[in-house]
Amino acid sequence: MLISIASGKGGTGKTLVATSLALALKDNRKVKLLDGDVEEPNDHLFLKPDISGSQPVFIPVPKIDEAKCTRCAKCAEVCAYNAIAVLGEHVLTFPELCHGCGACSYLCPEKAISEEQRQTGVVEWGNADGIDFVQGRLTVGEAMAPPVIRQLKKHTDSDGIAIIDSPPGTSCPVVETIEGSDFCLLVTEPTPFGLNDLVLAVETVRQLGIACGVVLNRAGVGDNSVEEYCRKENIPILLTIPLDTEIARLYSRGITLVEGLPEWKEKFVGLFQKIKETVDARDRSLKR
Amino acid sequence: MREIVVLSGKGGTGKTSIVGSLAALAKGKVLADCDVDAADLHLLLKPTIKEENEFWSGQLAQIDEAKCTECGLCQDLCRFEAIRDYKVDPIACEGCGFCSHICPTNAITMKENMSGHWFVAETRYGPLVHARLGIAQENSGKLVAQVRQQARRIAEERGFDCIISDGPPGIGCPVISSLSGASLALMVAEPTLSGIHDLERVLGVCRHFGVPATVAINKHNLNEENSRRIEDYCKDQGIGVAARIPFDNAVTEAIVRGLPVVEYADGAVSREIEGLWDSISRP
Repeated sequence: MLISIASGKGGTGKTLVATSLALALKDNRKVKLLDGDVEEPNDHLFLKPDISGSQPVFIPVPKIDEAKCTRCAKCAEVCAYNAIAVLGEHVLTFPELCHGCGACSYLCPEKAISEEQRQTGVVEWGNADGIDFVQGRLTVGEAMAPPVIRQLKKHTDSDGIAIIDSPPGTSCPVVETIEGSDFCLLVTEPTPFGLNDLVLAVETVRQLGIACGVVLNRAGVGDNSVEEYCRKENIPILLTIPLDTEIARLYSRGITLVEGLPEWKEKFVGLFQKIKETVDARDRSLKR
Repeated sequence: MREIVVLSGKGGTGKTSIVGSLAALAKGKVLADCDVDAADLHLLLKPTIKEENEFWSGQLAQIDEAKCTECGLCQDLCRFEAIRDYKVDPIACEGCGFCSHICPTNAITMKENMSGHWFVAETRYGPLVHARLGIAQENSGKLVAQVRQQARRIAEERGFDCIISDGPPGIGCPVISSLSGASLALMVAEPTLSGIHDLERVLGVCRHFGVPATVAINKHNLNEENSRRIEDYCKDQGIGVAARIPFDNAVTEAIVRGLPVVEYADGAVSREIEGLWDSISRP
């Protein structure tokens, strides 16, 4: 089962939920945690994994053989990203704009374009106290997170529970991360910002056809609008975490909720049971 | 033209609350919300929209079933696995157009994609340019560029010499698009291990693109030791710390009331943000 953790708004507690859920389940199940927030991966700060392997993420970018090139400019014409330009006798490439689609090298009539690999990130894996851990990391200064996420997601195969932590927002990196998950937990806070971004996140998961439920974090300050919205939209609130300076202080030191306040373990196990019931019910109805 | 962009790396550190307050403090400026996929600044500034524009960007492949012979070449060559069973997955399609060039029966055309909207609005603090990327859309960086371009146009028209932008979280494409060529990046950092880790990465992006940065520590008393680590790190990197904003529930209460915190509370939070504006408002 693949559970994704997303939010719309940043800083609502995705990492807190992902790491505590993984820790709460690991004693009785095989658990894998994947950090899909490749721009700002934080799960490792809490789980302190021993990294045992890594694989660079490459984008294949064009390399032009000037001797074979006739400056016909077919490559520049087919490139949708303006990553190749022909200026008089010179062919210029802009590797940081290239998405690696391969059109230029395939369509070059002179076969003058080969591809070379440009590294834009890395995927690393290891073990964190019994949890299989995988994270992606976009190189600082690089723009495109999706290729790193795509490579990370090659590791989602698991005969146990896989949990994937998503970046904030609702655009392509989020879709790349949560697509294909059996359930998406949306972590939010009871403020107008939390609600506004939850609504966008719900639209995103619905468009992808993924079942979802809400974790309401920092409950106690703010207003009731998130609860009202969830009631109206028939979205279950599966766990409520209060606004509590002790939880915030533990978080600030990189200590998970389940480790810092062990009474939370049962609540996260309960959260998982509710997710499992939803996923099992859906599987049954699909079989029928 | 001075352009200040507020970033953080980590989400939820207080960018929008601070931009809302700077909006209330600064005179003669244009505001821009560059967080186009989860924009919140409008909730504080309560804009009246004057102009709504469609944002057309990027392309999507379209297969004409009548012409398609199901040869499968497009599926074999697409590196984004965006064609399955001779149908295009609009979410996976990167709009590269490779398939349209190689289809032997010319059954594939590229169609321009409407991927969001951008708005010009008036607020009681001045003009605001904001945008909404369509759900699950790409090209957020290009929409950010459009927001910034429009903000500059309005500033020039009205003779304003300052733009204040609320940036997105992360370090990727929309952040780079918000940051490149800006005069100053104001980093809102929180004293958590995640906050420090993410601050270091986004400061790396500033260095990479040659944009000077200054740091505001938010909720600095949440963890004094981590706040000191941020101060030490900044000192080491030659980056100034322009504010030390304490934790206060008034910040959240102000959001609930839809007000910039400097207009809602008189306490230490407001004084620090006033001091912050004082120190960054002059080049």
